[in-house]
Amino acid sequence: MKRNPKDLDAAHGKMTRRALFLGGLQLAFAGGLAARMRYLQVDQADEFRLLAEENRINIRLLPPARGQIFDRNGLIIAQNSPSYRITVVPEDAGDVEAVIAKLSSLVPLDPEDLERARTEMRRSPPFLPITLADQIGWEDISKVAVNAPALPGVTPEVGLTRVYPQLGDFAHVIGYVGPVSDYDLSKMEDPEPVLMIPRFQIGKVGFEAKREDVLRGKAGAKRVEVNATGRVMRELDRREGISGADMQLTIDAELQNYVQARLGRESAAAVVIDCEDGDIRAICSSPSFDPNLFVRGISVADYRMLTEDNYRPLSNKTVQGTYPPGSTFKMITALAALENGVVGPEETVWCPGHLKVAGRRFHCWKRAGHGHVDLNTSLKRSCDVYYYDVAIKTGINKISEMANLFGLGIKHDLPMSAVAQGITPTKEWKSSSYGKDWLIGDTANASIGQGYMLASPLQLAVMSARIATGRSVTPRLLKSLDGVEQPSGAGEPLPVSENSLRMVRRGMYSVSNDRRGTAYRSRIAPKEMEMAGKTGTSQVRNITAAERAAGVIRNEDLPWERRDHALFVCFAPYDKPKYAVAVVVEHGGGGSKAAAPVARDVMLQALYNGTPPLEAYPKADRSRIKAQQERLERERVKRPLGSRSSRA
Amino acid sequence: MSYLEYHAKSTPTGLRKVLHLNWGLTLLLATVSSVGFLMLYSVAGGSFSPWVEPQVKRFALGLGVMFVVAMIPIWFWRNISVVAYLGSLALLVAVELFGTVGMGAQRWIDIGFMRLQPSEVTKIALVMLLAAYYDWLPAEKTSRPLWVLLPVALILIPTALVLKQPDLGTSILLMAAGGGVMFLAGVHWAYFVAVIAAGVGLVSAVFQSRGTDWQLLKDYQFRRIDTFLDPSQDPLGAGYHITQSKIALGSGGWSGRGFMQGTQSRLNFLPEKHTDFIFTTLAEEFGFIGGVTLLSIYMLIIVFCIASAIAAKDRFSSLVIMGIAITFFLFFAVNMSMVMGLAPVVGVPLPMVSYGGSAMLVLLGAFGIVQSAHIHRPRQASR
Repeated sequence: MKRNPKDLDAAHGKMTRRALFLGGLQLAFAGGLAARMRYLQVDQADEFRLLAEENRINIRLLPPARGQIFDRNGLIIAQNSPSYRITVVPEDAGDVEAVIAKLSSLVPLDPEDLERARTEMRRSPPFLPITLADQIGWEDISKVAVNAPALPGVTPEVGLTRVYPQLGDFAHVIGYVGPVSDYDLSKMEDPEPVLMIPRFQIGKVGFEAKREDVLRGKAGAKRVEVNATGRVMRELDRREGISGADMQLTIDAELQNYVQARLGRESAAAVVIDCEDGDIRAICSSPSFDPNLFVRGISVADYRMLTEDNYRPLSNKTVQGTYPPGSTFKMITALAALENGVVGPEETVWCPGHLKVAGRRFHCWKRAGHGHVDLNTSLKRSCDVYYYDVAIKTGINKISEMANLFGLGIKHDLPMSAVAQGITPTKEWKSSSYGKDWLIGDTANASIGQGYMLASPLQLAVMSARIATGRSVTPRLLKSLDGVEQPSGAGEPLPVSENSLRMVRRGMYSVSNDRRGTAYRSRIAPKEMEMAGKTGTSQVRNITAAERAAGVIRNEDLPWERRDHALFVCFAPYDKPKYAVAVVVEHGGGGSKAAAPVARDVMLQALYNGTPPLEAYPKADRSRIKAQQERLERERVKRPLGSRSSRA
Repeated sequence: MSYLEYHAKSTPTGLRKVLHLNWGLTLLLATVSSVGFLMLYSVAGGSFSPWVEPQVKRFALGLGVMFVVAMIPIWFWRNISVVAYLGSLALLVAVELFGTVGMGAQRWIDIGFMRLQPSEVTKIALVMLLAAYYDWLPAEKTSRPLWVLLPVALILIPTALVLKQPDLGTSILLMAAGGGVMFLAGVHWAYFVAVIAAGVGLVSAVFQSRGTDWQLLKDYQFRRIDTFLDPSQDPLGAGYHITQSKIALGSGGWSGRGFMQGTQSRLNFLPEKHTDFIFTTLAEEFGFIGGVTLLSIYMLIIVFCIASAIAAKDRFSSLVIMGIAITFFLFFAVNMSMVMGLAPVVGVPLPMVSYGGSAMLVLLGAFGIVQSAHIHRPRQASR
């Protein structure tokens, strides 16, 4: 087939034109690609750069170390201890079940934990560590570390956990921490991201909860580079967190420990307060519990044991518990009467054993009566009729006013959970709370700290301190925060005449130093340390007329929960008050028998800053006291206080 | 006797041919391949294994193939084009019957030392056959319907076989390259207008077919189209490729993060970083400048080819060169459009750069034909 070269030239020319046309199209397309590249890489570069960083960088929180809590002498009360965990990276382990089997032959593994680990394993990528065991001992960790070559993928890891080396002594004061729960989170408006760390510990009750703000600290963060599957490739930088602030309490741990032991298994509360500056030296509620149980989440059995106990170990009786103050309230009634000129210090009231008020008989605890009673005797022998009489003349509102002045019916601002306000009734209070008129009999009841009157042991201790000093002593629990001394609670002088106060103090002195005083048996022997106090026995039931006719049943014969509360308030030394103590023994019977000896022992322990010499006690008691001291010493040693020596 | 044979005597013979190779084109191809080595080295985290070493070996082999092909006179290639075409069809059928399934498609035949992707061979064989056809066909018959239908059938047979694998990217490439050769051969433009109109109709039909019994594309192909149209709707699922690719590309900025500093590819955010998406690594590490430079080298290769095609004067040479140039252009244009989010992810590698044996060998062989045409072109001086 022969072709005309002309045709061929024409065809070639056409092809050339079309080739150039196509080449032009291709160039235009390439130009479009370049423009697109420019758009992505130049115009939108910043946005994509940002997206790339987001892709690449992952921020991991570093939990801050919680602030530590010390007693006034620097003894540690709440600390952070390394806690060991065993984790396994399934990817590195290979046959995970085989590794777990090997591991469980070395250290005990909780089947519940293992089950949880297995579910976690199925869900998460194989390169993420899974926790097999938490909170395990150093010995077990060492075993794992030693056998590491036989346990591929298994790593012993260390974190921080809260430890309370003083066990039950401070359970009610500082409370405890626990893992954040969904309920905790639901209560917060804008929870900090650090709370999302699994098992992060926050304060649940007490001081730990109240000062969570400063104890928690600020979380640090590290930026890590991750790949597309989330595996950490390297750490880019890290910003350490700020540890929570360290706290120093006003409490003396040694004294606290003694008081707790002295209260023993009673359902009781005791508060020791420094009269000079309001420092709370000891504040114990008994029985107590081991706060460490709550740190990693308490077991159901343990929790049931605590909640089903009649003696309510979980409640902090020192500030939450309110009791009718009973006769310990009489100083307030006396002061109100004296200050309002209702009665003079020497004036007497005739006590025939009862007083008829509005047609109803109000009995004195002593059925035979006290005869002529002046202020001093009324306190010393705790005559009720004297107070019925002067209180009715004074009026309830003036008495309540005086009570408030001395810290009753006032909610003291302490960093503890559920601090109670108590009740100091007034006419207005009753009509607004009960919709009923105040009756004269109510005044009689209130005058001896019964009826509507309610006070917490803390309030009673504050009251005693204020009577002792005449100043508005304010309780202080936090001595220093992060090394900064907190304001003292010395307080301003009260608007009460020194004369009245002196009269009342004198009466209290007689209570425990006069042969006929109700607390004479619980006196302090050395002259320079003599104690002034007041017993109280508050009824928790009404004594009916029929009962009274048949003879009042002795406390010992009543079931425990119907017995009277025993109370005692005191301060010492009488000449130069240093400490005020309040003791409440729930259903303990009489104040002079159940509460006063405890208060005296506590007072001496505080005054001597340790075990007092036997000479501090009345001669007759010394052998008994010696035995008691030895028993307590043994009991205190028995407590596992291994870290007691670790003074900071 | 064709036009070509008049001037055959003036072409160089024996070893003198080597001097007449298109050295500029050879140099550009080596440059592009080197860029590939560099990027493969980078995505492997600064290592010659697992990608650079085999890639260099293949390049060396491909270069050898190119030289051998170049030495053989162009009319030989014209004469065997029918055989080549039929052979490639046979391979396509063979892959259908004995091929290895990979990435959800049957594409490879294992031939011992390497895995052969017959569809790569088909692209060149088709271009050769069409060029030979129009070389044979008298120019005045070019636009006659019957003579138009024949090449259309020649294009559609391999296209259908490739589509069945399924490999949408390659089938589109085959049709586009075949159409390109027909256009250059001088087929009346009205045919192209008609085909484009029909194509638009077909695309809308495809979309209409979705979810019906006569669905024309596989579900995954529809999904790819969906994510192409709106990658943000499923950034971690099907849209992941495009989104991550754009992030890597965009974060490169003007001059890039620097060699081996591309975080997105290093940290495995990029899918198929050593094959189809290798351009994103380049763009991330060398930025806009790097990307445009590679694009320019590619376009230079195209310009060399067009110049060579125009200079060739004989119909087979011109058409085969242009056909190869179009195929090559479609490779990188589709690949770049894909990683820049301008086209759906269809699985077309970046020519000479992406890791992969068949494509590189076949392309270098094809450039061998271009070289052969260049060496054996008619020369003015000897006329």
